[in-house]
Amino acid sequence: MNATVLRLIITRLGLAALTLWIVSVLVFGATALLPGDVAEAVLGQAATPEAVAGLRAALHLDQPGWLRYLIWLGGLLHGDPGRSLVNHLPVAQLIGNRLPNSLLLAALTAAVSVPVALAIGITAAVRRGSLYDRVVNLLTVSLVSVPEFLVATLAVVIFAVNLHWLPALSSVSDISSPEALFRSFAMPVLSLSCVIVAQMARMSRAALIGTLDSSYVEMARLKGVRPARLVLRHALPNALGPIVNAVALSLSFLLGGVIIIETIFNYPGLAKLMVDAVATRDMPLVQACAMIFCAAYLLLTLLADIAAILSNPRLRHR
Amino acid sequence: MSDLTVPLARWHLPTPGRIGLAIVAVWLVVAVLSPWLAPYAAGNVTAADVFAPMSRAFPLGTDYLGRDMLSRVLLGARITVGVSLAATALACFTGVTLALAAAVHGGWVDAVLSRVLDALISVPSLMFSLVIVASLGSSLGVLILTAAVIYTPGAYRTARALAVNINALDFVTVARARGEGTWFIMREEILPNMVLPVLTDFGLRFVYVVLLLSGLSFLGLGVQPPNADWGSLVRENLEGLFDGAPAVIVPAIAIATLTIGVNLLIDNLPTRRNGHAR
Repeated sequence: MNATVLRLIITRLGLAALTLWIVSVLVFGATALLPGDVAEAVLGQAATPEAVAGLRAALHLDQPGWLRYLIWLGGLLHGDPGRSLVNHLPVAQLIGNRLPNSLLLAALTAAVSVPVALAIGITAAVRRGSLYDRVVNLLTVSLVSVPEFLVATLAVVIFAVNLHWLPALSSVSDISSPEALFRSFAMPVLSLSCVIVAQMARMSRAALIGTLDSSYVEMARLKGVRPARLVLRHALPNALGPIVNAVALSLSFLLGGVIIIETIFNYPGLAKLMVDAVATRDMPLVQACAMIFCAAYLLLTLLADIAAILSNPRLRHR
Repeated sequence: MSDLTVPLARWHLPTPGRIGLAIVAVWLVVAVLSPWLAPYAAGNVTAADVFAPMSRAFPLGTDYLGRDMLSRVLLGARITVGVSLAATALACFTGVTLALAAAVHGGWVDAVLSRVLDALISVPSLMFSLVIVASLGSSLGVLILTAAVIYTPGAYRTARALAVNINALDFVTVARARGEGTWFIMREEILPNMVLPVLTDFGLRFVYVVLLLSGLSFLGLGVQPPNADWGSLVRENLEGLFDGAPAVIVPAIAIATLTIGVNLLIDNLPTRRNGHAR
C-alpha cells in the first residue's frame, strides 16, 4: 500500500462522487420532465386555486428549476428527501421501514451465491473443455440471457407447486426461528441467487483461466505440482483481484434482479416501494429510491475498480 | 478484418448458430403474420374456465379471463419483437453514427462524446427507465426512446473501438490524402468494414432491450393494455402461478427462446464476441 495506490484510490473515490452528482442531476432532471402541474395532479380536479397555489409553494414549484434542485439536493444530504405526494408520510420514514428488509434479502443472497458461484467458476476453469465445463457454460449462458422472472416462476412451479417443499409467498414477519427464516426466504433467495450465480461463475471462470494460461503456471505444472496445489497456491492468489472484481460487478446485478424478485414474491422491500411509487407517480419517493439504488450500484463498481487496482500493478501507472 | 471479405454464401454457420437463426426467423415471421396465425381474435374471451390447462381447443391453456393463450402469445410477439427492434435499431443507428463521427473527427468531438456517454452507462438500466416512466408514463413511444437512450452508449463504445482501428489503416489515410470529405470517409471507407461486428453487437443489444422491456412490462410499468407484450402476459397471469397454470410460464418461455436464439446466432457468427453481462 504505497502513496501511488492511495492517490489512485482517492481519485476513484472522487470520480465516483462526481458520477453520483451527475446521476442526481439526471434523476432530478428526468422527474422534472413531468408534463402538467404536480400540484394539480396531486389535488385532483376539485381543488380550489388557493389550495393548488398553497401546495405549489410548499413543493417549491413556484421557484426556478435550479433552485428546486438545490433544495432537493440539500434535503437529500441532510437525510430529509421530502414527503410522499401520495400518503404524505416523510420519505425517510417510508424508506427506513423497507431498507432493512431489502438489505437482509441482499445479504442472504450474497451469502448463498458467492461461495456457490466461486466453487462452480473455479472448478469449471480447472476442468476447462470437459463435459462438466460445457454443461456449466450452457446453463450459465442460458440463465443470464433469460428474464429474472422466468427463473423465479419456474422455481415456484417446481419447488412450491409440484414438490411442495417450500411456501411460495414470503412473509418477513416470521423470522423467529432459523427454520421459519429459511422457509420464508428460501424462494426469493433461491431465485435471486440463480441469476447472480450464473453471472458470477462465468466471470470468475474467465478470471481464473487468464491466470491458468500464464507461463509460470505452465512451469509449475511441468515440474509436477499436484493439481490442487497448482490451483490453490499458484494460480488463485494472482487471480484473486480479478475474481473480487467479478464478484463485485456481479453483485451489482442484484439491483436489477431484486426489483423483479420483490415484485413476484410481494416482498416488502425497497424495490417494491419504488415500483409502487412509480405506478402512483410519487416523485419524491421515486427520486430518493433511485438515488439509493444508484449509490449502491456505484459503490459496488467502485469496489470492483479498487480490487482491480490493488491486484494489478500495471493499472497503477496510468 | 479478413473475415469480412469472405462472400456470404461461403460462411459456415455451425449447428447451434443454425438453430438460433431458425428460432429468430420463426419469431420474426410470427411477429409479422400473427393476426392471421392466431386461432382467436385479440381479446376474445372464448373459454368457460380461467387458467385452463393445455387442451386440444386451447393448446397453451387459457389466461386469467379465459382467453386462448396461444393467440395471446402469438399477438404478443408482434409487440415484443417490434418494440425491441425499433429501440435497438434507434440505439445502434445513433451509437454507430456518433462513433464514426468521433473516430473520424477525433479531438474534442471524441472527448466530449465519450465522456457524456460514459456517464450515462453508470446509471443502472432498469433504474433509469423506472425514473423516466414515472415522469413521462409508458406509451410505446416513450418505451422505445428510453430503451434507445439506455443502449446508445454501449453501441457507441463498441463501434468507436472498431472505427478508431479502421480509421488508422492505410486506405483511410489514402482517402484523406485524395481529399475526400468526413462524411464520405465515414460512410464509404469505414462503415462497410465494420458491418459484421456491428450486426453482432445489434443482436446483443436486442437481447438486452427485450429483457429490459419485458422486465418493465412485468412490473406493470411497460406496455399498457389493451396492448400486451410477453412481459405483460406474465404479469397479468401471475395469480395463476401458484396453481401452476401454463398461462404464466408460457410467455416467459417465449421470451427465453427469443433471447437464447439470438445469443446462439450471434455467438456463432464468424467474428464472434463473447456475449455476456447485461
